[in-house]
Amino acid sequence: MALLETERVTMRFGGLTAVSDLAIRIEQDEIVGLIGPNGAGKTTAFNVITGMNRPSEGRVRFAGEDVTGLARHQISRRGVARTFQNIRLFRELTVLENVLVGCHAAIAPGVFSAPLHLPGYRRREGEARELAASLLGEVGLEGNAADLAVSLPYGKQRRLEIVRALATRPRLLLLDEPAAGMNPQESLELMHLIRRIREKFSLTILLIEHHMQVVMGVCQRIYVLEYGETIAQGDPAAIQNDPKVIEAYLGAQ
Amino acid sequence: MSLLEGRRTHLLTAAAVIVFAAFLAVADRTFDAFTLRVLNLCGIYVVLALSLNLVNGFTGLFSLGHAGFMAVGAYTCALLTLTPEQKELNFFLEPIVPWLAHVTVPFPVALLAGGAAAAVLGFLIAAPALRLRDDYLAIATLGFAEIIRVVLTNAQPVTNGALGLKGLPPFAGTGVVWVCAAAAVLFMVLLVRSAYGRALKAVRDDEIAAAAMGVDVFRAKVVSFTVSSFMAGVGGALLGHVITTIDPKMFTFMLTFNILLVVVLGGIGSITGSVIASFAVTILMEALRFLDGPLNLGFLQTEGRPGLRMVVFSVLLMAVVLFRQRGLMGSREFSWSMLARAGLLPRPGRGGAAGGPHGAA
Repeated sequence: MALLETERVTMRFGGLTAVSDLAIRIEQDEIVGLIGPNGAGKTTAFNVITGMNRPSEGRVRFAGEDVTGLARHQISRRGVARTFQNIRLFRELTVLENVLVGCHAAIAPGVFSAPLHLPGYRRREGEARELAASLLGEVGLEGNAADLAVSLPYGKQRRLEIVRALATRPRLLLLDEPAAGMNPQESLELMHLIRRIREKFSLTILLIEHHMQVVMGVCQRIYVLEYGETIAQGDPAAIQNDPKVIEAYLGAQ
Repeated sequence: MSLLEGRRTHLLTAAAVIVFAAFLAVADRTFDAFTLRVLNLCGIYVVLALSLNLVNGFTGLFSLGHAGFMAVGAYTCALLTLTPEQKELNFFLEPIVPWLAHVTVPFPVALLAGGAAAAVLGFLIAAPALRLRDDYLAIATLGFAEIIRVVLTNAQPVTNGALGLKGLPPFAGTGVVWVCAAAAVLFMVLLVRSAYGRALKAVRDDEIAAAAMGVDVFRAKVVSFTVSSFMAGVGGALLGHVITTIDPKMFTFMLTFNILLVVVLGGIGSITGSVIASFAVTILMEALRFLDGPLNLGFLQTEGRPGLRMVVFSVLLMAVVLFRQRGLMGSREFSWSMLARAGLLPRPGRGGAAGGPHGAA
């Protein structure tokens, strides 16, 4: 059984078809890439999978369950976490608090049980704080725990987004251009980080990325989108030599 | 923070609370009726400002419906505390509905009922209104508040319509008001520091990311709005029993505006800011009353111009918007270490003697 499966997913915004007939299948423990020129519909595909957009047609199945049309937080609680292309941190919360929001479902605070520090809440909050601290250590942000998220340098903000997503204890992690704006050295480090967290948390990963070095370096399989259509799929070597992909990226000869 | 420092903070806070409680006890016995009323109004404004700050400051919902929830709280509480004789006196145009005519309950019960009624209404309004955002939400909540006021004006057999209710028993004394204010401050401090408050702030900062992290955004908004309505209802009930007369005209948008003024001046998203601004605005409102009367500036004499003091607040608000957008405190909170850094408090070692009125350190 595939962990994630999209069945003929089509997303239309008025007259624009952002994604059409998307059929992605990701097995447990795979790292899969989603590439394509700007405006190809990659982020829309993420939005449909995570419940931000309800698809115009088609179904999304996660771990065998039809999750089409479920609310965003419900999909998150089933084990799908994501990062955002344009960083979306909680600006006025500290780095530690950002990660703790990721633990929200696990803490399950009530509007009265939390302020009153009832025992169950206390225990769960304590556990979440331990988890958050260890996750921050994992990516070298332990020294920034008390800083405001907005005050972090760009590269650290990217890493914080990943840690925050990890705090939801996902099975599937969707990374939306994690290497955007990074220099080659930083991209390389990011590649190592992705491999390491995948290993450590036994994650399945779907990755949108423009840095071909990163995509080809970590992904086992790749889907290529253009104008919402899936024009190719296969392993990195096959994709690199696919004439349709070359045409999409470089134009026809 | 070291253990010693933590204990010192708690001691200072406890000391401040005791000093302020003692001040209230003395004030209750020695202040004249007018000054005491202003002091108690400060306490009521603390409750109201915190309740508005909960939705506007901590959850990021721009709501302008507060006067409506206060009205519901005030009317519910008043109708439950008025004696049957007072009700008969009040309802001379048209008799009160029979099922309300003989109900009288103890004040604490009525106060909670006022809050509960406002909370129920807040919950009902939240479901449709919270699908909107920003200015649209502001307009919708403003509209709901007006609807509530119009209903109160026209539901003659229940609310006595435009005549209002007079002769409310003056139950909201110094003790009741400040217990409510203290409870509001304590609840807000604990809430904001808890995981629930964190989730509310996450919703405020980025709704989409909060949802992706597993926060039920809509539910969090509804809960915040409902709790805030409860507090507004209690605040309205207290206000009614301090002034001892209520009518629909009391609960216009101007009242919401006054509370919004307190929240913005104090700092959106700051509990201590709201508390400090509650005192400042309430006291200034009364202290500047001379501006409404005839003025003699030597070269210029004016007759009474009612409403002139509001100009001062408008100017104040403009100054804040121009020079200090985040208000007095921004979204920061007062803390004892802040005083220590400013050199107003001896460094750790011995407990300081300073006792501010605000225990929310």
